[in-house]
Amino acid sequence: MNTPAIVARNLTRRFGTFTAVDHISFEVQSGEVFGFLGANGAGKTTAIRMLTGLLAPSEGEATVAGYDIRTAADRVRERIGYMSQRFSLYDDLTVRENIRLYGGIYGLQDDEIARRSEVMLGELEFTPPVTAMVRALPLGWKQKLAFSVALLHQPAVVFLDEPTGGVDPITRRQFWELIYRAAAKGTTVFVTTHYLDEAEYCDRLSIMVDGKVAALGTPAALKAEFSVASLDDVFVTLARGTASSGERSP
Amino acid sequence: MSAPAIVVQGVTKTFGETPALRGVSLSVAAGELFGLVGPDGAGKSTMFRVLTTLLVPDAGSATVMGHDVVRDLWAIRSLVGYMPGRFALYADLSVEENLRFFASVFGTSIEAGYDLIAPIYRQIEPFRDRRAGALSGGMKQKLALSCALVHRPQLLLLDEPTTGVDAVSRREFWDLLDELRASGLTIVASTPYMDEASRCDRIGLMQDGRVLAIDAPAAIGAQFPRALFAVHGGPRARMIAELRRYPFVASAYPFGETVHFSDRRLAESPDTIRRELADYLAVADLQEVRVAPIAPGIEDTFMELMGESPSVAA
Amino acid sequence: MSARPALLAFMRKEVRHLLRDRQTLAILLLLPIAQLLLFGFAVRTDIHAVRVAVVAPASDAASAALRTRFANSGRFQLLPAVPHADSLESLLRRGQLDVGVVLPPRLADRLTAGEATRVLVVSDAIDPNTGTTMQTYAIAILRDWQDALGAARGAVRIETRLRMRFNPTLESVNLFVPGLIALILTMVTSLMTAISLSREKERGTFEVLLVSPLHPWQIIVGKVLPYLALAMANVVSVLLAAWLVFHVPFQGSVSLLLSASMLFALVGLAFGVLIAAITNSQLAAMLAALGGTMLPNTMLSGLIFPVTSMPLPLQLLTNIVPARWFIEIVRGIMLKGVGLSVLWPQLLILSVMLAVLLTLAIRRTNVRLA
Repeated sequence: MNTPAIVARNLTRRFGTFTAVDHISFEVQSGEVFGFLGANGAGKTTAIRMLTGLLAPSEGEATVAGYDIRTAADRVRERIGYMSQRFSLYDDLTVRENIRLYGGIYGLQDDEIARRSEVMLGELEFTPPVTAMVRALPLGWKQKLAFSVALLHQPAVVFLDEPTGGVDPITRRQFWELIYRAAAKGTTVFVTTHYLDEAEYCDRLSIMVDGKVAALGTPAALKAEFSVASLDDVFVTLARGTASSGERSP
Repeated sequence: MSAPAIVVQGVTKTFGETPALRGVSLSVAAGELFGLVGPDGAGKSTMFRVLTTLLVPDAGSATVMGHDVVRDLWAIRSLVGYMPGRFALYADLSVEENLRFFASVFGTSIEAGYDLIAPIYRQIEPFRDRRAGALSGGMKQKLALSCALVHRPQLLLLDEPTTGVDAVSRREFWDLLDELRASGLTIVASTPYMDEASRCDRIGLMQDGRVLAIDAPAAIGAQFPRALFAVHGGPRARMIAELRRYPFVASAYPFGETVHFSDRRLAESPDTIRRELADYLAVADLQEVRVAPIAPGIEDTFMELMGESPSVAA
Repeated sequence: MSARPALLAFMRKEVRHLLRDRQTLAILLLLPIAQLLLFGFAVRTDIHAVRVAVVAPASDAASAALRTRFANSGRFQLLPAVPHADSLESLLRRGQLDVGVVLPPRLADRLTAGEATRVLVVSDAIDPNTGTTMQTYAIAILRDWQDALGAARGAVRIETRLRMRFNPTLESVNLFVPGLIALILTMVTSLMTAISLSREKERGTFEVLLVSPLHPWQIIVGKVLPYLALAMANVVSVLLAAWLVFHVPFQGSVSLLLSASMLFALVGLAFGVLIAAITNSQLAAMLAALGGTMLPNTMLSGLIFPVTSMPLPLQLLTNIVPARWFIEIVRGIMLKGVGLSVLWPQLLILSVMLAVLLTLAIRRTNVRLA
């Protein structure tokens, strides 16, 4: 697979006079684990909404999983998966019901869903019963399950929005092992996180500041570029370098 | 030595079938910056609600500044500054209006508390007419802290004040807490971020309603029972796989750039362990391998203690 | 990708959500049934148990016959004889009488002499629907009675003259303004305070307010008083509009009306606080407030359907609907011009309701979260 999984060129989004995303450009290769970092209000969420076909860009273009986000947004959405910290699975449905729901939404037949779900739960070594309400699961299982469900329809790209927020340190690492396994199979992983040690786990990352991509590269390259020892320091250098306006909502 | 600011003894609290706190005991000294560290569901918020007299424990007792949380709730409510998670602010009021409101609720004014909140409030004062809902996460955090401080409390209880906020704002926030502690204020803050925890005087590690350990951050690290090594080299996935295949591995977890490795054998010297591991890795198909001893940190100990606790989250 | 399986999957999920939110489901299922029952039983276009009194200067066979006819009609409820036509007025005003029939003096003689006799029928036509119907029934009975007499004594004409008091033009607006005031007051007080309080809880700021020297009651009063002021402002504006634009009559004391409105508003506020205390979410608070106020206020308050025409169980139920008493008070003051001496029972009932609701609300308002 030579074509990049994600290509963004001068992607821009304005809300009235406020420019949330300011001509960002980057590429993500297939099977790459790409970290998308930036302070809250830097434009990350808006950018992700455009890439997932939820928001039309004001300017610029992007293709995700081979489809143009402007003209073929619905095809983009068929080929991607999404999981966020705030919302992953429905609390008042059981594990099995959630799996069937997402499978159904992505057009999988019942027997296909059953087969893939068995494989998935096996790989996860999922011990709770499938008839358990999701709300009764410990947070760690919830997040890991949510990630797996997002992959059920075998998307080309999966978008993860702070997937490990509030999760214990062991589960966090188990989660990243799941991410690696998915990437090894060829799924492109586009992940945002506030944990800077997790940023180190990415193949490459970009850091957004005030709507622009202020840094782009491998963790090692970024640390060398800014002559610092940790990504935390890269982040701080970048954030302090710009004049902070203190207010970023449109 | 003055009396402890907080004493908690054997507090249990259950919601329906879920035990949120199981026999928790801890104490916080006056003037201390104490951190409650643990993931979601550990019981941190419940602990705060017991200390702020919002919840009554099912068993056990707790005192805050010498007052019992069940009997003397009004005394406690006047002297505590509380910041619950999610920045409880009025989105449609301005920054100044929020602050003025919380000041008046405590029968005081912004002017009376100004010198205490100044280092914080000065950073958001230029936006005093801005609606609180229109502020960035970091600004909201500072406003919420100002509102908790404006009535000059004796004790500050902050429930996950840095969650969901970017790394720079988090750092600035803990700088502010350092300054406040220097002025004599007792502060209890909870956080899921282990790196922040190291800035506290003492921390309590919590998981599933239990306290796993309480000590100064350095001492917590020292509780790690084996020698710990940071292993560089890549690709990372293969490195971890190799380490896990090593016959003497006790733990091998990624930690940012490196992988933290500990050896099962307690009798061997660190030098021996390091040498043998390096030899083992040399023949594996890895690049730039380096093995160096490191001092265990809070997160290493936390994961170790979690493994010993029966109800580990999957 | 075929759209149908996705749609079906989604529908199945929504059904599950709906079935599992027990609180909301209960309200949504019970509310329409309650409405249906209320509509079925309360909506009466026919009426019965109309209280009638026959005034006759002297007891004679003719007047006795008329009384018997009314008593046996199945629709009328005969009151004991009243001596003078003057007392009819006060009975109608006090709401103790619906229809009064006044027979002329020397009825028997006149009938014998074959003179034209005039019979007066006075109805309490506060409610234009029932007023007309009651009249029609009364006239039908009079005609039968007249025919019976006439057939026995030859051709005698009795003319009936109808007078409708208290709502001479049968304007609907006169009827609805009191009810409108009640509805507005309820909406602003119960609904808005229930929502405002439960929203504070959902937002999380309530938690912070609790951890302060403020007693929960100070918080509640502080939140609730602006709505009281708003409600009174609404009352004044509605009254002004009704008076200036629609020329709704205003017979009685304005200050009494405003005081009664404030009392009713306080009842609404107490109810709103109680709802917020016992529900868990804004949504449940809103549904409970709507179900507990708007529904009874439109169906069971006498606003549209007269209480006396409802079956007995519903009539008993209306006794606990504050709006029912308030509407009686407002109608009495605005259209009949009566005052404290007549309306004190209704005012007392509202005061008792306020005391009860306040006590319940106080009990359920917690100093803690749990």
